[in-house]
Amino acid sequence: MTKINELFQEELKIINMGLQSFNENLKKQNVKTVQVDWEPPAGGNKKMLSWLDKLK
Amino acid sequence: MALKYLIRENTYYDSVTLMIISREVKKIEGVKEVIVGMGTELNKELAGNLNLLTPELQKITPNDFFISLDSIDDNIAKKAFAFVDELLSKKKAESEDYQPSTFESALKYMPDANLVLISLPGKYAAREAKNSLLNNKHVMLFSDNVTLEEEIDLKKLAKQRGLLMMGPDCGTAIINHVALAFANVIRKGPIGIVGASGTGIQEVTVMIDKLGSGISQAIGTGGRDLKAEVGGIMMIEGLKALQNDPLTEVIVLISKPPDKEVARKVLSVLKEGKKPSVVYFVGGDPEVIREYGSIPGLSLEDTAHKAAATAKGIPIEDFTGFTVIGIDKIIKGETKKLKETQRYIRGLYTGGTLCDEAMIILSDLIGDIYSNIPLKPEGKLSDINKSYRHSLIDLGDDEFTRGKPHPMIDPYVRQERILSEAKDKETAIILMDFVLGFGSNPDPAGEMIPYIRKAGEITAKDGRHICMISSVCGTEKDPQNLIEQEKKLKKEGVIVMPSNAQAVRLAAAIVLSRRKST
Repeated sequence: MTKINELFQEELKIINMGLQSFNENLKKQNVKTVQVDWEPPAGGNKKMLSWLDKLK
Repeated sequence: MALKYLIRENTYYDSVTLMIISREVKKIEGVKEVIVGMGTELNKELAGNLNLLTPELQKITPNDFFISLDSIDDNIAKKAFAFVDELLSKKKAESEDYQPSTFESALKYMPDANLVLISLPGKYAAREAKNSLLNNKHVMLFSDNVTLEEEIDLKKLAKQRGLLMMGPDCGTAIINHVALAFANVIRKGPIGIVGASGTGIQEVTVMIDKLGSGISQAIGTGGRDLKAEVGGIMMIEGLKALQNDPLTEVIVLISKPPDKEVARKVLSVLKEGKKPSVVYFVGGDPEVIREYGSIPGLSLEDTAHKAAATAKGIPIEDFTGFTVIGIDKIIKGETKKLKETQRYIRGLYTGGTLCDEAMIILSDLIGDIYSNIPLKPEGKLSDINKSYRHSLIDLGDDEFTRGKPHPMIDPYVRQERILSEAKDKETAIILMDFVLGFGSNPDPAGEMIPYIRKAGEITAKDGRHICMISSVCGTEKDPQNLIEQEKKLKKEGVIVMPSNAQAVRLAAAIVLSRRKST
């Protein structure tokens, strides 16, 4: 079975990154979620960001 | 003029929250102009256009929060700044749950998460999506402004790992009966959908529900998936998943006309899969669909009818009529009320695909249609803010939503526009869609009613009557409730049709009947 078909049989558990309202709507549907309190990584500095990505 | 500004470095809030706060602050008496936002180039440009840009604001970065405000005096500015903070802290208090600050810490908190929903600014979104896929999580990417190259990379990676990569620019999906981003509450059933169009999926799923059937899954791909460059990667993976899904008996595919080669590729996948399928290439050629053994849909509604009939095992017929009793009487009655000068339809749409569908049906029935998203280049409006002849406007298109929330969230653009259409003596019919479901405005009909009334007052002054026709894309189980929304519109004299296609056909019938009578 592919992972997509496995997903169809699982309970959805969602990480929400971005609009808070999407997270609130998921909670209204009793979906387990975690909202990321996101901020631009590396203070939005592109050069720093690419270094960080290389370090991974 | 009292120009006041405030900058908070390295403080991030999401754009929808800030755009809505901007609108709330502008309602304060004494506030002339205001912008509350992050220091993006776009926001600085908007601030410049409103004469709200100071040299200090010019220096800020997209990571800095700012307010810039022009008010009649400093006290009003103080009051407005305090109000912004009040709204921001209210927003924060709404969610008391623990909120990790990175994807990695979220993953530690919920290691068994299986899907990541991303609606971050485009330039960061692809990076987070890739990170999610590398951690074996399915992704729905709502953000736009992701490059085509990034989209191809993400989808290839997802395919390699057997994961869903819905989007970028994927507005609607229903996975395991959970409405993701903009989606409706739809009955469970045997129809599985893969769509490259948000409101297209919404209208088809809603119509399936209205017809008493239901859906197994609705997978979104984002609008570019069937372009030659992307090659339908996610459409094909989605179709295969539905073919392997025991709960899916009928498959529906919705997309704008794809690249020819890609069309053949996806249709071959459907053919090999053996499950019956209905395909609607919005405005595309139905012949190639028949050639591959799928059933072509003629509209979003007809697609739903054919899918529901297939699922129920009843004969499949084209549906291009009306389900409303007494339609002839409505047509005659409305035609009679129109004055000599009133000749044209003005469609004020919040849903892009609903606007496309309307243009396709109308151009077949009554001829040339003008728009900001025209079917043919010669139909492009020279000024998108001014309708010309039969004009259908997609108010959710980029030109209207720069720095503003989408009209499905905040109907402000349509509120303004309905008044200018009412002033135009050539307007005969105003066509409107109301999209319900999670993600949308909590009361889209209610938001328009004061403006529908004002439009009525404008026309009544010189003895005109504009025929208002609408359709509500929603179900009784949606948070806004279909019946309640329809009731509100009917109370104001708005004709409410059961689908966008029927609303459009009614508008065309009135125009044709008027042509005959003059």
